[in-house]
Amino acid sequence: MRPPHPASALDPASGSGAELIDQLGTALYVGGGLIFLVVMVLVTCAVLTKGRPVNARYWILGGGLAFPAFTLTVLLMYSLAVGNGLNAIGSSGALQLFLDCFGLGDARARAPVDDVLEIHVVGKQWWWEVRYDRPGKGGAVVLANELRMPTNQAVELVLSTTDVIHSFWAPSLAGKVDMIPGRTTRLRLQTSEAGTFRALCAEYCGGQHALMALFVVTQHGDDFEAWLAHQQTSVVEPVDPFLKVGYDAFFRGECHSCHTVRGTPANGVAGPDLTHVGGRKSLAAGTLNNHIGTMAGWIAGAQDVKPGNKMPSSLAYSGVELRALSAWLGSLQ
Amino acid sequence: MTRTGRPLSLLLLLPLLFACAPERDYVPKVVDGDADRGREALARYECGVCHMIPGVADALGKVGPALGDYSRRSYVAGKFPNEPNTLVRWIVDAPAMAPQTAMPAISMSEQEARDMAAYLYESD
Ligand code: HEC
Ligand code: HEC
Ligand SMILES: [Cu+2]
Repeated sequence: MRPPHPASALDPASGSGAELIDQLGTALYVGGGLIFLVVMVLVTCAVLTKGRPVNARYWILGGGLAFPAFTLTVLLMYSLAVGNGLNAIGSSGALQLFLDCFGLGDARARAPVDDVLEIHVVGKQWWWEVRYDRPGKGGAVVLANELRMPTNQAVELVLSTTDVIHSFWAPSLAGKVDMIPGRTTRLRLQTSEAGTFRALCAEYCGGQHALMALFVVTQHGDDFEAWLAHQQTSVVEPVDPFLKVGYDAFFRGECHSCHTVRGTPANGVAGPDLTHVGGRKSLAAGTLNNHIGTMAGWIAGAQDVKPGNKMPSSLAYSGVELRALSAWLGSLQ
Repeated sequence: MTRTGRPLSLLLLLPLLFACAPERDYVPKVVDGDADRGREALARYECGVCHMIPGVADALGKVGPALGDYSRRSYVAGKFPNEPNTLVRWIVDAPAMAPQTAMPAISMSEQEARDMAAYLYESD
């Protein structure tokens, strides 16, 4: 059975780059396995029929030169075609890829450049900033720790980092690409499958590297647009008295020095944007499920959950304040 | 003391060794609770962000008290006599019992809370 959040290069999403890589892998394993079997059969024959002369020229030229030259050339072309295809996913048949690679393919199979949705992902110790910035198509928005993208649409991640090297890897969607200080790198994502996939940091980046993950949610175009429009809305001060206790606690506890909540005076940037934190699938970069218990546990015990991470455990709150603050953040859907 | 008296008196002391682990006269039992499912629910709801819970993966939290040896506790949260139904009520909605508590009411079914309570009682 498929796990709820696939994260395996052997379990690729349909129509994704990971699927091309998986097909190439299968060709290599099966082909390599067959060649191994044939060689073993030949060895057995040689042992059983000892002394019978063979045509050395035939075997050396044929089996030793012509066969590997042919196989490796075909493989090289296939793998080049896959590499090429990873930049223009959507046409996943091997033949189609071949044709594309040598300029013979159907040009329509490729997304024109301005059709590609760019999403900026910035690696930080130990979380992700996710920025949507679509010139001419509604306001830019800064989010965190969750990436959503439409299905059947080429997406280009623009990857960067503000501290050390990280690496973005969603095994069921594509290969991995490093985030390197002082540079931007790019990674194409595309899939026809709506679902939730897990991505993780694949380059050791310090103590909590293992707890640096995020969910990639792929959804139909309309759902995606609705979600993005909702992410652009701001927060208003709560009227409910309990939530108001939480709102006040947020500022009394200096949370706003590191976090932004759009629509309020909170505009810190050292930590993830919290404007819609309650609607995310996880807390602390894929580490915890998201409900009032984990929210309160994270605020009061951030250093127990992810020792050494850049958010201090908050010791400033009464029990009621902690619950109210968690309820307020949870209400920011 | 005679030569045979010494071993004999030692023999008399032997029963004391068994006195170290007396049969417990009362182990709370949750009606209709399943400890295995409870362990799974404790992990799924991640109570471990706040509590140390022996036998539950990643449950190393220090925000609240450790939940080991729970059947030997006299009080739930230091206030309410430790009885199965009280513990279940606490897990479902702690603030309703202790309004100043830091432990939030996590939305779950009563059955899940029963299972968790069963695990806490039966795990030691
Ligand atoms: C010194 C800066 C700093 C302060 C102060 C701070 N945080 Fe954070 N916060 C962070 C960082 C950094 C992270 C990301 C940690 C990680 O996952 O490694 C974070 C993560 C979070 C998250 C999880 C966000 C997500 O997308 O998963 C929440 C919720 C949160 N903080 C709430 C608070 C609250 C409430 C306060 C005030 C009590 C607070 N923070 C104070 C820096 C800070
Ligand atoms: C935000 C952190 C937090 C979370 C999450 C949390 N608890 Fe608690 N819990 C506490 C605190 C703090 C106390 C002590 C409360 C008090 O004495 O008022 C406590 C007390 C308890 C007690 C009583 C302990 C005792 O000493 O008698 C039990 C049992 C308990 N919690 C079970 C759970 C279970 C089960 C869950 C998950 C469904 C859970 N808790 C989730 C913080 C938390
Ligand atoms: Cu890392």
